[in-house]
Amino acid sequence: MESKDFLKSLSNKTGVSGTEEEITKAVKEVFGDYIDESRTDALGNLITLKRGEGKESDKPQIMLAAHIDEIGLMVKEIDEKGFLKFTTVGGIDQRTLVGQEVLVYGKEVVKGIIGAKPPHVQDKKEQKQAIKLKDMYIDLGRNVKEVKGLVEVGDLIVVTREFCDLEGNRVSGKSLDDRAGVTMVLECLKELQRLKHASDVYGVATVQEEVGVRGATTSTYGIVPDIGIAIDVCHGEMPGVSDEETANLGEGPVIFLGPQVHPKLHKKLKRIAQEFDISYQIGTSTSPRGTDAFAIQVTRSGIPTALVSIPLRYMHTSVETLDLNDIKKGGRLLANFISQVDSEFVEGLRCF
Amino acid sequence: MLLAELSEAIGVSGAEYEIRDLIREEIKEHVDEIRTDALGNLIVHKEGDSSLPTLLLAAHMDEIGLMVTKVEKNGLLSFKPIGGIDKRVLVSKKVVVGKDKIPGVIGAKAIHLQRPSERKRPLKIKQLYIDIGAKDDKAAKKVVNIGDTATFATKFSQLGPKTVKGKAFDDRVGCSVLMELLRNDYDFPLYGVFSVQEEVGLRGAGVAAYDINPDLTIVIEGTTASDVPGSKEHVYSTTVGEGPALTMMDMTIIPNRGLMQSIIETAEDTNIGYQFRRSTAAGTDAGRIHLLKEGIPTAVVSVPVRYIHSPASLLNLDDYEATKNLLNEFCKRLSSGGFNFEKDN
Repeated sequence: MESKDFLKSLSNKTGVSGTEEEITKAVKEVFGDYIDESRTDALGNLITLKRGEGKESDKPQIMLAAHIDEIGLMVKEIDEKGFLKFTTVGGIDQRTLVGQEVLVYGKEVVKGIIGAKPPHVQDKKEQKQAIKLKDMYIDLGRNVKEVKGLVEVGDLIVVTREFCDLEGNRVSGKSLDDRAGVTMVLECLKELQRLKHASDVYGVATVQEEVGVRGATTSTYGIVPDIGIAIDVCHGEMPGVSDEETANLGEGPVIFLGPQVHPKLHKKLKRIAQEFDISYQIGTSTSPRGTDAFAIQVTRSGIPTALVSIPLRYMHTSVETLDLNDIKKGGRLLANFISQVDSEFVEGLRCF
Repeated sequence: MLLAELSEAIGVSGAEYEIRDLIREEIKEHVDEIRTDALGNLIVHKEGDSSLPTLLLAAHMDEIGLMVTKVEKNGLLSFKPIGGIDKRVLVSKKVVVGKDKIPGVIGAKAIHLQRPSERKRPLKIKQLYIDIGAKDDKAAKKVVNIGDTATFATKFSQLGPKTVKGKAFDDRVGCSVLMELLRNDYDFPLYGVFSVQEEVGLRGAGVAAYDINPDLTIVIEGTTASDVPGSKEHVYSTTVGEGPALTMMDMTIIPNRGLMQSIIETAEDTNIGYQFRRSTAAGTDAGRIHLLKEGIPTAVVSVPVRYIHSPASLLNLDDYEATKNLLNEFCKRLSSGGFNFEKDN
């Protein structure tokens, strides 16, 4: 499957943190052509394995982790007229919600619109403020009896957004954070078909990242990798954001530096990028929170960890935008990195 | 469904090309004369008995939208609103730009990069851009120009058993009702106007009606329904599901009492449920038309629509049918000379 089609299919599917089954299934199906085996753990992580050619006794184990869950909303209350009040799952800016179309995952998937008090009945002060989450509701265009027959408190909700092509190699859609990362893992697995690698490669689609990097916690424990690489998205440049916090779209994957990144892994990734003429960017992360790398690094007795990211604009909105070339280049970078890892290199990661 | 096509067609005020072509194609078979005027209004005529009053039915075909005002160095498009748009509904939406419908998105700074206090203030239009994915201004200018208009990329679809959602129901629902009525034959001379530029100050309809000089006018609208949480029942302007809304007064018109009365009588006699528009805010093309020349008896009949001027609005199909039926019954009665109008009413 072409990587763009894969990303499109994942983006258009729904998998709010805790209910990622639909995504897991789609990933398993496509990864199937490139891996030797796969399993799912108790939290729902999809753990796939592509075996390396190294000696069984000292084969390095490399884990690539990208999360498949997405932010969403949850039904909190059904009012007397059948309007739904809701809360958020994961970090959502309330200002991105008014006027959105949504899908409510009740007994059936039900379409709705996020409404708020109409502007002409808001007073002057209200009109100057952002509409608060508590003043929004979902209108299903149905009466209360129909609504109660279809929807229950606790049902999950996602903003509706069809993946779309923009100019050049750019695309936009929801949940590209981090299904773009999963796509980079696919790109890497494809590259590995034609490369020799000693290491066993675990491609992991992790769950529940958005609510506290939980899937990476258990999957890393189960795999016990020698090297863990989290693949996620980072902020793309845009007006109103300082360029020290962002990377440019289309200029290559971002190799991160920071407390959660093992310096030797960073250095090697950079050297591989240079050697294979893959354009890359350097990102800095002073606080190790916010990606699967945070969980991987402190698993068991500690795992050397790296973070490779795809620049993405408008993170956690329904119109996340990125350049497909960054995913492709990242896949090549990871594959070439993997093919050059041997047990000696892994040994060296413990020597500071 | 006609309304689906009308809703998905684009036509921001001043750039009503696609919607006008669509309407023209659909109705040309059913009318005796069809023309456009200097502003772009689409005017149709069905001949009739000149001893009966000439009726004008009008609906505006333009919609609110955005206009590209600058192509930034980084390829993003700056824009300004056309018509009344609450800037708070723009964030995180998909749009299409220009005649070629180039897809674009309106993004916002990621929540991770904001201070919590920022989330209490709406984003200003100046802080928002349309991103068409162009890597710089050169790439952007290949597909868009300054002055291009943009509108929401919203698909029409059924919501509940009785409700549908789509963009621009204000006033594509009026266009749809009018188009269906034009398929019928009545005895009186009938004009239909699909007006331009209503959303930027009722610019089109008055010009179109000037030469027609009708004896009576009914403007068919999609009007705001505020029967939603956060709004108290006594301030509901209209309620979805309670039938066509008759305007008693708004910012631009006090409708002709005689005409209003005859519409109400028609509804009562034919058992069509109706409601009054219980708000005096805003205005419609009727505001222009009723002041033409020495005055033209004019009324406004509307389909209630929730979330007008937003990416997705909602209406009830029973309201739509009832509005069409009411106007059809009115026209039938007008055909048979059932009303006693004086031109100087």
